[in-house]
Amino acid sequence: MLIRGRVWKFGDDVDTDVIIPARYLLTSDAKELAEHVMEDLDPDFVGKVRPGDIIVAGKNFGCGSSREHAPIAIKGAGVSAVVAASYARIFFRNSINIGLPVVEAPEAALEAEDGDILEIDTDEGAVLNTRTGRSYSSARYDDYIQQIIDAGGLMEAVTRRVQARLAEERQA
Amino acid sequence: MGQTMTEKILSRAAGREVHPGEIAEVAVDLVMTNDITAPISIREFKRTGLERVFDPTKVVFVPDHFVPAKDIKAAEQAKVMREFAREQGAVYWEVGRAGIEHVVLPENGLTLPGQVIIGADSHSCTYGAFNAFSTGMGSTDIAASMALGTTWVRVPPTIKFVYHGTLPEGVGGKDLILYTIGQIGVDGALYAAMEFTGETIDALEVDGRITMANMAIEAGAKSGIFGCDDKTRAWLANVTDRTYEPAESDPDARYERVVEFDVSTLKPLVALPHLPSNVHAADDVGDVRVDQVVIGSCTNGRLSDLREVAKVLAGRQVHANVRCIVIPGSQEVAKQAHKEGLADIFMESGAIWSTSTCGPCLGGYMGVLAKGERCLSTTNRNFRGRMGHREAEVILAGPQVAAATAVLGHVASPAALN
Ligand code: SF4
Repeated sequence: MLIRGRVWKFGDDVDTDVIIPARYLLTSDAKELAEHVMEDLDPDFVGKVRPGDIIVAGKNFGCGSSREHAPIAIKGAGVSAVVAASYARIFFRNSINIGLPVVEAPEAALEAEDGDILEIDTDEGAVLNTRTGRSYSSARYDDYIQQIIDAGGLMEAVTRRVQARLAEERQA
Repeated sequence: MGQTMTEKILSRAAGREVHPGEIAEVAVDLVMTNDITAPISIREFKRTGLERVFDPTKVVFVPDHFVPAKDIKAAEQAKVMREFAREQGAVYWEVGRAGIEHVVLPENGLTLPGQVIIGADSHSCTYGAFNAFSTGMGSTDIAASMALGTTWVRVPPTIKFVYHGTLPEGVGGKDLILYTIGQIGVDGALYAAMEFTGETIDALEVDGRITMANMAIEAGAKSGIFGCDDKTRAWLANVTDRTYEPAESDPDARYERVVEFDVSTLKPLVALPHLPSNVHAADDVGDVRVDQVVIGSCTNGRLSDLREVAKVLAGRQVHANVRCIVIPGSQEVAKQAHKEGLADIFMESGAIWSTSTCGPCLGGYMGVLAKGERCLSTTNRNFRGRMGHREAEVILAGPQVAAATAVLGHVASPAALN
């Protein structure tokens, strides 16, 4: 997949409580959640972010609660990908499961600035910063995780398995 | 080559020997969600076309975060969960018989040594206190497990923590885990299993171990785990007669790291805003005034915690400028606290005695903070905005520091009362 977008830069240890505060966890609707994404870190973010933009952050992005509402809110705001130095594991899984591209590229994350344009090639594992002209490699996904991505998300992969099993049972 | 207890449990559940770093599909013994995370899990589960969950005796729903329902939307979410749980015949406790998930599940004997447990709540790592491999995941992962009875895990490397020395009076599990996170940082155990060992741990009661395992996620860990010993067995004998198969680490097991701490002079600690790793001795922080003290949660809402609090509050008054909110971890804890007269002590001291709920821990209700307010809390997270306004502050501590702080109006340990 090719992704091109404008950078919004954040720091280390961005936790899920600031990505989407618990007071908004009264819905799982992506559009409603998106209205408050990153609100406690930057109250103006919702007004500034445009579809296709990219969130760039430091280490341990998405730490804290397991709320899937966090990647849902980011995706719901139209953010096309997250590029970070590293991820908290539950957030990483949740993002893969719901089809939000999460790219692990420490140097690209470190050197990007607000307003830069990044070009990401998730198949090649490459990130290009058009302002500096520098390109970086990103961590490759395990085969198992790649299968989930290729299926379009975890439930798509699971549904295929379940349907195949049900079909087998019907034949037997 | 030897294996750690975590590798043994996962190998058993995978049906083959697995090693750190590899991805394995494992059978799950228990799958849990709550009123916030269940609605997404249920929606996603239904997409598979399946009508029944893989095993209703292993699928658990706990209403705890926003219940008793704080508003209409919270009521709707709880209703979605309740109706699905009933329709499936899954494990469910109604308000009045429930409480906070990580208190209720062990109380009901559902979390046993050697098991694989996953929950759509990041503090599902709590059950490592009972020698289970347990970890938090998102709602969609839980939906997949409700359908398949399995999940995938990347087998974590294990970091072994060895604690030496006898803990000083008034220092407990919360101080041990805050100290550990303060030393290694909020990503100090990223993706790893934390194995807690040493003579200090052998002497620590199960409740203290629960507090420690509960906060493994706050060091970025996938799980935290303890061995199964006589204390574990005695604790479990009170709640279940089911049999279980503990896992012990081999003497030649491989660890990613071994970290040793001498904790014989450890002091009561606090974590100042806005990270659980910002750890200081409670009596060294200077004159830090608080507006509110919250005592409870899955970290420190058990009976032993409330007994510690009552010891400090008995015959004393909560400071005039402080709102002190005491919340039992479950209905069972509440009942016992009443019987023992603890609830009376809290109320006589000027504290609020609530029904069991997560409530203020995640800024839900029952004690949300205004702009500029400061709260000392026995919970597990002090992230910005966690308990209310983004410009409010949360300080983490154990139950004794919380009680002393409520009396004095500023952050302090019980030593400062005399
Ligand atoms: S008490 Fe707090 S940390 Fe524990 S489950 Fe509830 S919201 Fe989460």
